[in-house]
Amino acid sequence: MLNEDVRKQFPILDQEVNEHSLVYLDSAATSQKPQSVINAVNEYYERYNSNVHRGVHTLGSRATDGYEGAREKVKHFINANSIKEVVFVRGTTTAINTVAHSYGRENLSEGDEIVLTKMEHHSNIIPWQQVAKVTGATLKYLPLQEDGTISLEDVKETVTSKTKIVAMSQVSNVLGTINPIKEVAQIAHDNGAVIVVDAAQSVPHMSVDVQDLDVDFFAFSGHKMCGPTGIGVLYGKQSLLENMEPVEFGGEMIDFVGLYDSTWKELPWKFEGGTPIIAGAIGLGAAIDFLQDVGMEAIEAHEQELANYALEQMQTIEGITIYGPKERAGLVTFNLDDVHPHDTATALDALGIAVRAGHHCAQPLMKELQVAATARASFYLYNSKQDVDKLVEGLRKTKEYFGDVF
Amino acid sequence: MSFNNLDTLYRQVIMDHYKNPRNKGKLEGDHITVELNNPTCGDRIDLQLKINDGIVEDAKFEGEGCSISMSSASMMTQVIIGKNAEDALKISKMFSDMMLGEEADTSEYKLEDLGDIQALQGVSKFPARIKCATLAWKAMEQGVEKEE
Repeated sequence: MLNEDVRKQFPILDQEVNEHSLVYLDSAATSQKPQSVINAVNEYYERYNSNVHRGVHTLGSRATDGYEGAREKVKHFINANSIKEVVFVRGTTTAINTVAHSYGRENLSEGDEIVLTKMEHHSNIIPWQQVAKVTGATLKYLPLQEDGTISLEDVKETVTSKTKIVAMSQVSNVLGTINPIKEVAQIAHDNGAVIVVDAAQSVPHMSVDVQDLDVDFFAFSGHKMCGPTGIGVLYGKQSLLENMEPVEFGGEMIDFVGLYDSTWKELPWKFEGGTPIIAGAIGLGAAIDFLQDVGMEAIEAHEQELANYALEQMQTIEGITIYGPKERAGLVTFNLDDVHPHDTATALDALGIAVRAGHHCAQPLMKELQVAATARASFYLYNSKQDVDKLVEGLRKTKEYFGDVF
Repeated sequence: MSFNNLDTLYRQVIMDHYKNPRNKGKLEGDHITVELNNPTCGDRIDLQLKINDGIVEDAKFEGEGCSISMSSASMMTQVIIGKNAEDALKISKMFSDMMLGEEADTSEYKLEDLGDIQALQGVSKFPARIKCATLAWKAMEQGVEKEE
């Protein structure tokens, strides 16, 4: 397990909420930020705030170095082949929309198929629904197994020569399922399709290598990995990005502009119209430094231990339903019998424990699980077994409380 | 670890309406239907109103949601049945003011005349739950507007 020193670097965790020490179990929604990330963003605004890629003054070149330096860090972090493959965007949603509206519109036509899973976040469903509407392509969903996983047999059956795009999360934000991306990518490629991976819940928690996975597009958000909100990454293979049109046009992304036609900058800048998210990228760079200092393997092991411990402890609560497979990433989605998850979350909040309740932006999955909503506790490197103990104690109290009022 | 303030939110009467909802089900014959959901949390209400000559003759609801949203729906139907539609809207405005912690206009109706909905007053101290409490009322407002 990681030690207490990691937690101490997150100033926000040192406070009381509703007269109890804060127990933050909602990192799958957004993670907290270590002091070093907060400092990096502050330093940019206090010492070298300036626009990038233009002007010759000193602050401008420091800002450019900070922004492009962050891109370099991302490249190493996910093992991209080149910085040309690392596009800064607002977040996972924007990244997937960029692929859908550029690659999707250009390469899909009637009769083509897009294959998805039923555990996708709305951000990896709706862009494809929209593109399907304008291109005439159809969506096909891989079924979910009883335990919340997908089977490679089903992938082999569903992905055919009609398939042009396979869109899948690496880790489910509800079930915690870890999908076999490398194997699915292979099947997609064998059928001439590309794979688009929603990595929002994986990149913060495990080491990833986009070349080893052989993925075509890979999207993630900075704010879930100790970085600021408003910054995310679209990784794409250079050969694919090269042939794609930008989706946003304007400043920053142009080469030559004429009265009637214009040309674009080279990769990755042709996809970054407008003044970019400079402070966000610098903050993301600091977050990557922080995560690498702790070590991604250590983080993964820490969360694995927490998830196992939480599963074990939570299962001792009578009348709890836990969703998702046994082998999972660091989150547990659950419901208490006869207590609506909103009521559970409000009761836990009264004890200073922050969990998410609702449909987790996965309405089709909720339908599949036959529930309207669920509660979710999600862990990160700053959580401890004591946090899990407090959660379990809080859940017992919640049950008791609502049992009594009934 | 204790639930200091939870009792202000979960009063006995709320739990009673949650467990034994009044006017739950489907209306027969001619009526207006409004389906509303709270997209951030998945709460859903399907409200049916029978309005004749400006009077809310009957109301029933179906739906799924937390104790606050479902008990509020149950109480709301109880209050508006038999009232004229304009009064129902006035009461809805009072309720919304109460949720926002604002002074309600009590010139025509007093809170204590409105029966169980007073029990929801504590919700105003839990900002994240106000939307749960007002969902059914918004559906009712839309239903009345539909009729007009």
